Amino acid sequence: MLLEVEDLRKEFPGVLALDGVSLRLQAGTVHAVMGENGAGKSTLMKIIAGIHPPDAGTVRLRGRPVQLGSPREALQHGIAMIHQELNLMPSMTVAENVWIGREPLTRLGFVDHGELRRRTAELFLGLGIETEPSLSVGELSVAERQMVEIAKALSRDAALLIMDEPTSAMTETETRRLFDIIRELKAQGKGILYITHRLNEVFEIADEISVLRDGRRIGTRPAPEITPEELIRWMVGRDLTQLFPRGESTVGRVVLSVRELGLEGRFRGVSFDLRVGEILGVAGLIGAGRSNLAETLFGLTPASSGTIEIEGRVVVIAHPSDAVRQGMAFLTEDRKESGCFLPLDVLSNLTLAALNRRFVRAGFVDHAEAASEGRRLAASLRLRTPGLDEPVMNLSGGNQQKVLIGRWLLTGPRILILDEPTRGIDVGAKAEIHRLIAELAREGAAVLMISSDLPEVLGMSDRIMVMHEGTVTGFLDRDEADQVRVMTLASH
Amino acid sequence: MGATPVLEEIPAAPARRRRRSPEASIFLVLVAIALLFEVLGWIVVGRSFLANWQRLQVMILQVAVTGIIAVGVTQVIITGGIDLSSGSVLGMTAMIAASFAQRSDYARAVYPALTDLPIVVPVAVGLLVGLVAGLINGTLIAYTAIPPFIATLGMMVSARGVAKWYTHGQPVSGLQDGYAAIGSWVWPVFIFLSVALVAHVALGHTRYGKFTYAIGANAQAARVCGIDVGRHLIKVYAVAGLLSGLAGVVQSARAITGQAGMGVMAELDAIAASVIGGASLAGGVGRITGTVVGTLILGVMTSGFTFLRIDAYYQEIIKGVVIVGAVVADQHRQRRRLKP
Repeated sequence: MLLEVEDLRKEFPGVLALDGVSLRLQAGTVHAVMGENGAGKSTLMKIIAGIHPPDAGTVRLRGRPVQLGSPREALQHGIAMIHQELNLMPSMTVAENVWIGREPLTRLGFVDHGELRRRTAELFLGLGIETEPSLSVGELSVAERQMVEIAKALSRDAALLIMDEPTSAMTETETRRLFDIIRELKAQGKGILYITHRLNEVFEIADEISVLRDGRRIGTRPAPEITPEELIRWMVGRDLTQLFPRGESTVGRVVLSVRELGLEGRFRGVSFDLRVGEILGVAGLIGAGRSNLAETLFGLTPASSGTIEIEGRVVVIAHPSDAVRQGMAFLTEDRKESGCFLPLDVLSNLTLAALNRRFVRAGFVDHAEAASEGRRLAASLRLRTPGLDEPVMNLSGGNQQKVLIGRWLLTGPRILILDEPTRGIDVGAKAEIHRLIAELAREGAAVLMISSDLPEVLGMSDRIMVMHEGTVTGFLDRDEADQVRVMTLASH
Repeated sequence: MGATPVLEEIPAAPARRRRRSPEASIFLVLVAIALLFEVLGWIVVGRSFLANWQRLQVMILQVAVTGIIAVGVTQVIITGGIDLSSGSVLGMTAMIAASFAQRSDYARAVYPALTDLPIVVPVAVGLLVGLVAGLINGTLIAYTAIPPFIATLGMMVSARGVAKWYTHGQPVSGLQDGYAAIGSWVWPVFIFLSVALVAHVALGHTRYGKFTYAIGANAQAARVCGIDVGRHLIKVYAVAGLLSGLAGVVQSARAITGQAGMGVMAELDAIAASVIGGASLAGGVGRITGTVVGTLILGVMTSGFTFLRIDAYYQEIIKGVVIVGAVVADQHRQRRRLKP
């Protein structure tokens, strides 16, 4: 047995994050750890990686108890964590990043760059990674960076790799490549702890699956012996009646009409119509220009060519404030980077986009009105928070996402642009967000939904627009769309 | 994590334990420092520190001008920026405002033709000079990519240069009694507290305040929310400049002279007051009430050291330690309050 943890307990002020969790990992296998956000997965992984000390419990490696006081000590024991937020230095080259702190030196004590590149190339060859070692990490895609992180861990003779949602920012093809590498690692006898939210992935890659809920381990099973339905029930503690609650939609008149829209170097010739009550899914690989299109529609990066019409009138959208005035809302891809005001309270986060038109009388904010609207909204979003005055950074990812959706609902938008609305969110919250999106469309909003989660695009959309390298390669109607057709158009 | 309620289940006014506000704890620090000096006073010099009305008056008068700047600097810090220019802008406006407040019977007036002007003129000129300096800061920060540290560092150096160049280093004296009245009695304290009150209301209860916090918490998210971040930053830096101008007027009126060296290092005291009061240089966090208490802490310390006849060298050394210590303690406290 490569790793055995027993009765781990960890308490943070006011929260019992882990309550007697035990887990085992065989060498040469992948053990997936699943659970909703806040279930304790990350805490468990951080204890094993030496980032947090446990309050009680033991960690045994190959039968021997070990003390993991720091990530450095964990690494010396052969445990490496591939972080969700990657820890690479963007301005340095791939090779420098892999060997940082252990650079090969020339006889004069300078870094031997030739040797550095050669070693990196050798390492990459063994893993089937095709990234050029002399590129700077800043030029790589998220997926490539992840590969570099894995290579880095292996270069330190890691026997146990912890992967925290490695595919959350990857496309299908990139995910395939990662899985090939994981299979290679298994063959080499490495043990892998794999955190994910994605059900289809877990059945493909995991040998064993454990589910955590509220800091406890609910169960562990070999992957072939559990069904997706059971797994969901374990995670949320109840049955999710429907994964995609998209009822019959009634699509009405055209609200947004885009013609030959382009942005120098990003995308070109994009034309489509978006109707009242319609959910238009946008599928494609990462780098296809989908997020750029959304940012241009919303005025963050004004278009270099083409026209945008709203309700039949040509509009100029040069700044997000123009877009908001036109009744547009934009849920950005990166919750932390461009969404949440982390140190501010829930109420401020909810009301900020609406403040230009609501809750203000003679320059003064009407707190009572804002708070009562906020409470009503929080209830309808089923927001889990100790109160509206809680800093948003203390909420789980799914609840932060609900706050961001709520923020835009308060502006009463006609056109909703959603960029990866459920990325990194647990199954329960995901279903609730899907329900919300469907409800909004039913109430007459026009929704443009970018998503790399194919089942989500297929399940939620009335129509799907597929992009590839900055151009639209096709539209698929709800009943003709399937995984294969979308992927064919996406990879062209 | 399991017990976090869905919000509909909790009452409108939650009955849960109120956490102590950051201002309350910083206020306790103020009280503790004052009591410490009281005790030391009896031990070292055998007299009471606090039971001396005149000392308290001098103490608060000394920091009133710093406090006026700090109110502006706090707003800048909340946006995630910094204003290093406030002390120099104070010096520049003190010189320029004073030059329009001179008496006709004073032989060496800067503008012999412009003496005995109504008091409103030098005051308006002072405010205007400060406002323009702030607008320049804000415009540079909003429309070029330079960081606030650099933009205001430039203004800090240039404004001090203007202050010295203006009369080639000569003090501006012979000011009218009406102008001097602005700095007499407890007017500086009154002005400081009024400014603080207005800023407190503006930050907590107006759109201006909400946007200020939003930009500091996450400028990119603020932009996505439709806030014109550049234009708002110009407003905030303009307010800070205006307050530096006001501080220059008050300072020159209080000293009944304008001197090119006025406000040297005042920007650092103002930043210290904000940060001791709980403002975070990372942006998005800070309160005017905290800044007022932070200003008072600086005042109590200066006054207390003098009272105990501690050498000026030691005073500065200890002050530096207290500033850093306050922030370290505050961060420690905040970390404990938050989940990892």
